[in-house]
Amino acid sequence: MSDHNIPCCAGVGYKARHLDNILNAPSSIGWLEIHAENYMGEGGRPIAQLKRLREIFPISCHGVGLSIGGEGPLDTDHLARLKHLVDWLNPGLFSEHLAWSTHEGHFLNDLLPVPYTRNVMNRVVDHIQQVQDTIDRQMLLENPSTYCTFEQSDMSEVDFLTEVANRSGCGLLLDINNVFVSAINQKFNPKDYIDTYPLHLISEVHLGGHEEDIDDYGDRLLIDNHARQVVDPVWELYKYTLKQSGPRPTLIEWDNNIPAWDVLAHEAKQANIILAKTTSMAAQ
Amino acid sequence: MIVDQSEFADALLNPDIAAPNGLVDPNGRPAGKRFDVHRNNVIFSLINAMQIAFPVVRKILGDNFFKAISATYVRNCPPKSPILMVYGEDFPAFLSEAQQTQHLPYLGDVARLELARRRSYHAADIPAIATEKLAYLSPEKLLKIKLTLSPMMQIVASDYPILSIWQMNMVQDFPQIDALGEVVMISRPGLDVEMHKLDAPTHVFLTQLKGKSLGDAYDAAVDIDMGFDLTQAIGLLLSQNIITKIIS
Repeated sequence: MSDHNIPCCAGVGYKARHLDNILNAPSSIGWLEIHAENYMGEGGRPIAQLKRLREIFPISCHGVGLSIGGEGPLDTDHLARLKHLVDWLNPGLFSEHLAWSTHEGHFLNDLLPVPYTRNVMNRVVDHIQQVQDTIDRQMLLENPSTYCTFEQSDMSEVDFLTEVANRSGCGLLLDINNVFVSAINQKFNPKDYIDTYPLHLISEVHLGGHEEDIDDYGDRLLIDNHARQVVDPVWELYKYTLKQSGPRPTLIEWDNNIPAWDVLAHEAKQANIILAKTTSMAAQ
Repeated sequence: MIVDQSEFADALLNPDIAAPNGLVDPNGRPAGKRFDVHRNNVIFSLINAMQIAFPVVRKILGDNFFKAISATYVRNCPPKSPILMVYGEDFPAFLSEAQQTQHLPYLGDVARLELARRRSYHAADIPAIATEKLAYLSPEKLLKIKLTLSPMMQIVASDYPILSIWQMNMVQDFPQIDALGEVVMISRPGLDVEMHKLDAPTHVFLTQLKGKSLGDAYDAAVDIDMGFDLTQAIGLLLSQNIITKIIS
């Protein structure tokens, strides 16, 4: 069985169509991340594949359906399914989103934004503690891509995340593409976000692609769709972050318009080059 | 303005409702198109899930028609769970009732078949019994036992030739089909889903096996057709790894 800990190198989001490429050249990637909900069936091929992969690679488990930011209580059936998966998979890391996706029993399949207020924070902290108690391990909380702002918000996203992490004991997953997307959409400087972010709490970094659009007023509107390469300004922000934080396990996310394995592996290689430079700088 | 999640969710699913007041851009102007990003994510990702779940219905309807009817379905029947591999359970009934698809009366049953294939694909992996276990039983004892059947075995019966319609759309050069109804047994002996057309007595036999003894199920099958072949029916169950337990 492979070591479960996620190594401090690049990994990719696992897609079934890349299975043969990955098995034929396992040294081409350091670790894999799976979406928890895709492996919550009772059996069959997806689970058989994952059982095979976990023997070869460290696996990180990324939830997309817990609805941590939901106004209602967490879905205990879903939590039980997650516990079952995490118990047998024993992933190196487990992460979820600062977002909601379920409301009154309906799952909306999007990562929907929450306002940054004291009330919402109390709820999010309670939910994270419930998750961590149920699965008996720490979870990482990922920062969102945002398009709209809530008038009712009365604190910054970084302050919100920092306090949630301190109160709940969760770790953080920093999605650098999300920081960049939100920065353009909300007109702030992404480096200011990194400068104030609690970098010591980061256990994982995400990088992904986004699309360019414009809003009703002709302003740039970036859409986080994980459907293309990481853009240069996001690579730059990644380097900027690692200089301060030191190297961190880094995932390339590519969930739509999924490319050939070589294209994805090349993105991972780019991240590994930057990670290696950061490591050697830290050693000096 | 305070935006709650009920208001947010209603506007996501109903394009006639404006984006909630209190959602703004960084200059404080109404969110407008920024909110539409979420609307599009919800509708398009769920239509995509429907396309993966119902490839044959999609092929029969054509891409645009399927997208349009899926959008209506998604808005009326959003998923009840984050496990999208089981999404679409109400789609067969929805298709049977929808005005736009009344000219395709078999469509709901084709959707039921696709749903059953999906359930089989993701069903629990329960080991099948060894073939010898049945072979060692005396004929007398054999008729008294009950069998537990694997959850990966599904049966879909239709007044329409749904298996032939499925094959016609998925297999090249499939011959002309006749108009008789078909009963389909869906199974997954390994990781790949298979389908077998059942004759009427075998259908009755398999249905009765859920709860009744093998002898009672046999009697019910023979009532339908004197020519029912028990050995062949049990051979099918064994070859498909469907029998998971013998209860004496």
